[in-house]
Amino acid sequence: MEELTLAQAWENLVLLGPEIWQASLETALMLGIGLASAILIGGPLGVWLYLAQPGQILANRFVAGVLGWLVNLVRSFPFIILMVSLVPLTRILVGSTIGPVAAAVPLSFAAIPYFARLVEQTLREVPRGVVEAAEAMGASPFEIVFKVLLREARSGLVASLTILTISFLSYSAVAGVVGGGGIGDLAIRYGYYRFQTEVMVAMVVLLVVVVQLIQFAGNRIAQKLDKR
Amino acid sequence: MISLGSVSKRFRHPDGGWFDAINDVSLSVKAGEVFGLIGFSGAGKSTLLRLINLLERPDAGCVLVDGRELTALSAAELRRARQNIGMVFQQFNLLANRTVAENVAFPLEIAGWDKAAIRARVAECLEVVGLADRAEHYPAQLSGGQKQRVGIARALAPRPKVILADEPTSALDPKTTQSVLECLADINRRFGVTIVIVTHEMGVVRAICHRAALLESGRLIEVMDVAGGEVEANSAAARELLEAA
Ligand SMILES: Nc1ncnc2c1ncn2[C@@H]1O[C@H](COP(=O)(O)OP(=O)(O)OP(=O)(O)O)[C@@H](O)[C@H]1O
Ligand SMILES: [Mg+2]
Repeated sequence: MEELTLAQAWENLVLLGPEIWQASLETALMLGIGLASAILIGGPLGVWLYLAQPGQILANRFVAGVLGWLVNLVRSFPFIILMVSLVPLTRILVGSTIGPVAAAVPLSFAAIPYFARLVEQTLREVPRGVVEAAEAMGASPFEIVFKVLLREARSGLVASLTILTISFLSYSAVAGVVGGGGIGDLAIRYGYYRFQTEVMVAMVVLLVVVVQLIQFAGNRIAQKLDKR
Repeated sequence: MISLGSVSKRFRHPDGGWFDAINDVSLSVKAGEVFGLIGFSGAGKSTLLRLINLLERPDAGCVLVDGRELTALSAAELRRARQNIGMVFQQFNLLANRTVAENVAFPLEIAGWDKAAIRARVAECLEVVGLADRAEHYPAQLSGGQKQRVGIARALAPRPKVILADEPTSALDPKTTQSVLECLADINRRFGVTIVIVTHEMGVVRAICHRAALLESGRLIEVMDVAGGEVEANSAAARELLEAA
């Protein structure tokens, strides 16, 4: 194989521009659906898991046990196995097993319990006395969740969401290779199968930059929200 | 205003046994009174105080506050009744991500006040505790004494008939203690709020209480009168506490 000059490498990448853009959109779509499910389903699940713990306002040993067990069960699947086992469900839900929307199904499945656990852990940092003060004022469970727990834990919740986003950016690359598309898939197709190392390098650099940006933004927002 | 009739509360020990934290205690607190609950650590003072707003539910006995039997109320009714009972804590328990004004507004939001009324009432209460200039600060930016005065303003905001205070000055130095106690006494005098205050110091009883109940091992030992800053006590335990002060 002939030596590749920097100029040629750049030219190759420019030629791939539209495909890189397309792949970025696919990754964003996978990640967006996964994170949205995590927040909308995993968030409430995490709150419930917290509230069901002994000593909390909806303490229920049975509920806490079942929820905790379910969360652990799904989280114990290696992601690639979860993907494969969910193929039939994906086909029912999406009508296909390839493409970013199909890949978002196992991503969501993994993200929901992951975020639920992060939320539960974060809420534990709210001092018990503050919740008790709200109870003493006559706050309802609903008000305790929204006006006390989520508000007091908000910077921790943003930090949790940052962790989730970065982990699932990486998971989405795995999902992409098995038919989802996206940046990871592009890197493998060109960088590995076609020996275009420059594509691999460019994609890795892109991911590194994105991860740094997400972490930076997450830290800034969490810091802004924290008045403790 | 408050009447406890033969209340008892037991807690389960980790080893499975039971522990009588409050054992058949009856007492009543008159409207407009500052009533102390005093005793050594572990005597059951906090537990007794928490029985008054049902943060702890008694295993036996009745809890009458402002003419209502709290143990008979539904969850929603109890929440409404609690809006009439303010509470002040040793560790302040303020919401860290809310400003001083937002903390004082919190019980009013729960009680469903409208925005304009909340704003006016918050300003009024901060004036009472002398923190009008700190309205937009966060609790982390305040001293312990200031935090406690926010706690008092918060308890006062919904115009409760009763304020329960659990060692409100135990985390504060003597000088700050004095100013916080004066603040409570002031509220009692100006607004006629009945105050029940838990303490392990006779000094606090002398400073602001009209009467005080002495607890030991979950039992009521005696109810002492306080006149002209002197505590009239008969029991040995009370004299011990008087000497410690
Ligand atoms: N939730 C609980 N579970 C088990 N035991 C408890 C619980 N709350 C209180 N107790 C026990 O009941 C007894 C009385 O506790 P309480 O907090 O009322 O004492 P106290 O007089 O307020 O003491 P202190 O001055 O140390 O605050 C203590 O022995 C305590 O260990
Ligand atoms: Mg106590």
